[in-house]
Amino acid sequence: MNTSEMKSKHKLLKDYSYELGEIEKGYTNRTLYVNLSNNEIKEKPVTQFMKDKFIGGKGFGLKLLWDATKPQTKWDDPENEIIISPGPIGGITQYAGAGKSLVVSLSPLTDIVIDSNVGGYFGPFLKFAGFDALEIQGKAEKDVIVIIDGKEGVVRIEEAPEEAVDSHILAEQLTDMYAKSENKKNFVSVVSAGLAAENSNIGVLNFSFYDKKRKKVRLKQAGRGGIGSVLRNKKIKAIVAIADGIKPNNVVDLDAIKECGARFNKEMRELDDDQCRMKKEGTAHLVEIMDDYDLLPTKNFKYGSHKDIMNIHSSVWRSKFTQNVFDGCWIGCTMSCAKAVDGFELKTGPYKGDKVIVDGPEYETVGGLGSNCGIFDADHIIEANFYCDTYGIDTISFGTLTAFLMECYEAGIINKEITGGLELTFGNKDAAIELMHQMARGEDFGVIAGLGIRKMKKYFAEKYGADINFMNDIGMENKGLEYSQYVSKESLAQQGGYAMTNKGPQHDEAWLIFMDMVNKQIPTFEDKAEALHYFPMFRTWFGLMGLCKLPWNDVEPVNNAETDEPAKVPEHVANYITIFNAVTGLNIDKKEMIRQSERVYNFQRTFNIRRGYGLRKHDAQPYRAAGPVTIEEYESRSERYDKQLLENIDVNPEGKSTEEKVAILRKYKEDMYEQLLDAVYQRRGWTQNGVPKISHLKDIGMDLPEVLEIVEPLQ
Amino acid sequence: MKKITVNDNILKWEENMNINVILQRMNYTFRMLVVKVDGKLVKKNDYNSTIVYPDSDVKVIHLISGG
Repeated sequence: MNTSEMKSKHKLLKDYSYELGEIEKGYTNRTLYVNLSNNEIKEKPVTQFMKDKFIGGKGFGLKLLWDATKPQTKWDDPENEIIISPGPIGGITQYAGAGKSLVVSLSPLTDIVIDSNVGGYFGPFLKFAGFDALEIQGKAEKDVIVIIDGKEGVVRIEEAPEEAVDSHILAEQLTDMYAKSENKKNFVSVVSAGLAAENSNIGVLNFSFYDKKRKKVRLKQAGRGGIGSVLRNKKIKAIVAIADGIKPNNVVDLDAIKECGARFNKEMRELDDDQCRMKKEGTAHLVEIMDDYDLLPTKNFKYGSHKDIMNIHSSVWRSKFTQNVFDGCWIGCTMSCAKAVDGFELKTGPYKGDKVIVDGPEYETVGGLGSNCGIFDADHIIEANFYCDTYGIDTISFGTLTAFLMECYEAGIINKEITGGLELTFGNKDAAIELMHQMARGEDFGVIAGLGIRKMKKYFAEKYGADINFMNDIGMENKGLEYSQYVSKESLAQQGGYAMTNKGPQHDEAWLIFMDMVNKQIPTFEDKAEALHYFPMFRTWFGLMGLCKLPWNDVEPVNNAETDEPAKVPEHVANYITIFNAVTGLNIDKKEMIRQSERVYNFQRTFNIRRGYGLRKHDAQPYRAAGPVTIEEYESRSERYDKQLLENIDVNPEGKSTEEKVAILRKYKEDMYEQLLDAVYQRRGWTQNGVPKISHLKDIGMDLPEVLEIVEPLQ
Repeated sequence: MKKITVNDNILKWEENMNINVILQRMNYTFRMLVVKVDGKLVKKNDYNSTIVYPDSDVKVIHLISGG
């Protein structure tokens, strides 16, 4: 069936006309609300209060979700929402990485708020269409698409029975359907999920952009926390944004932005080849570096390096990625790190034999689908990357949960009978990819795997009597979200950077391993606490703006080493402040920048508390994140651990069994983590139970009545 | 044994030990580094020509990368 025939099968449920309007100083000053239960569509004003306190992006998402839900709302209740917001800087084209969307929802994995950032053109197009955020509530009866036509000023809800669900086909179909001609395809962006998102809790949203050079639709992922599963639970097949060209943000000082952009672009031209090679390798440049520092998760985070690293080395990815093409996921991004493998022939699954474009793999995908599962096969990683994307599931969660299953299998917790014949041993790539296909089909053991690690632990304990303590030690999840792909055992600060996050262990709040473990720059608890205050707040700011974090620190000015605080990249921080002021006409400094984030960060913490989480006990980490759980793990690095016993605890390891040494080291490491929590909570202005103090909320200007109502009884 | 300190780790000193040798010995393969010897910045172009003497305190600050 061609796209015209598909379109003819659409049934219009609702259309809504609106004035297109203009963007003023980065804001359209309204949001779009769509309810799929009753097909209501309306505009909501963005107040000055909302801009002052929540800024945009993730901040707007949190505010709208707070207002729309009750503390008891579950992820699959109709009142849960998916909110997409680009932020005030989002959509400018004069500085790299300014096209990000922030997506917020209640997560099926964590039962708290999840936020996920993503490239692709949808966020900017939403703003060009006239909205600072899209808020979707309710559930449709049958599969629908929501179309936001920023050319005509119309929003439509249509039943769409014939289109595919898997993203690589669906995004292509809808791009063809809604572009007036070939040369207008780059003004259509599609948000979609896939078949596995329907049958699991680890669904992603794919945000498309049309690559004019390749004449292909590309996909970027809002990966974490299962928002794709929420999308399909609402029976949304896709959300389509159509733009009428690139609209200016009507900024206050365009020249100032251009000046920052020109300096940054020069750095990319002149320094990238000697620094991170983002234009050639993307984030996959990190693979062997992480291996060299014993940080690349291998076999469910047991180890940090592997002898077969050369099979997944960055040079392999460079040879697989098409070179010398523009790979920015938004216009004007000279970092151009959205690498792709072209013409890849699939070897398995429903699209076997098809030659496809595969977006990625990025570092996290190589670690998750590869080394962490003991698989050192580049073509398998590309194939699994493709299927994760088109099926709409998160490569990080899938990788980490598969690694957990492999360890459970090898430890005898599960077996072939339980897995329905899948021999889930480390390195078994055929079993791993079949598990993914089962997830997409909603069949067999794939359905169990799709629950995520936290629910699987409970299931295995209840159904098969598995040892819950052991599974809690090796199951790499915190708050219900699977860990991203770094070994944190030797960096106490990074253990906090993972487990003290608001949403769960994703490294986008803080990546402190080098600073802590290698540089030894933050030796005291106070030092670590300062880093675990500054970096999460600084990095939260990107999510308020619609900015990508990579241009902040994946290329650095030539004189960065000579600055007082090179780890913060001061010149780039100054660029961001200049750009924010130039867009909005405000006049913030770097202190106010952190304050903006603190308000939103503390609001998110309070949101978690409102839902029955967000306390000290919820910041607990699995012991695998801190130290060796098993004998083999200890003995693989016995020299290191024996030294720690001797130097840190004053315990002579000689004459002690490995079991004894594991136990002594564990007690020490667990105590260190508790002390870290104390220090960080104090620095963040929280009680020792992790609750924001009223005095701190007043100090940062976030003592809103609804916030105080939650935290007051817990002071 | 003559020694130097690199990021608080003790490393055996060698004749004509320059910054690149130190990076190799420590297996510091990351490319975004700030190197200081006894508090003095060493620029990347000078890694080969900068000879380090016994008891030097070398800081190899790894910057942050990735998202």
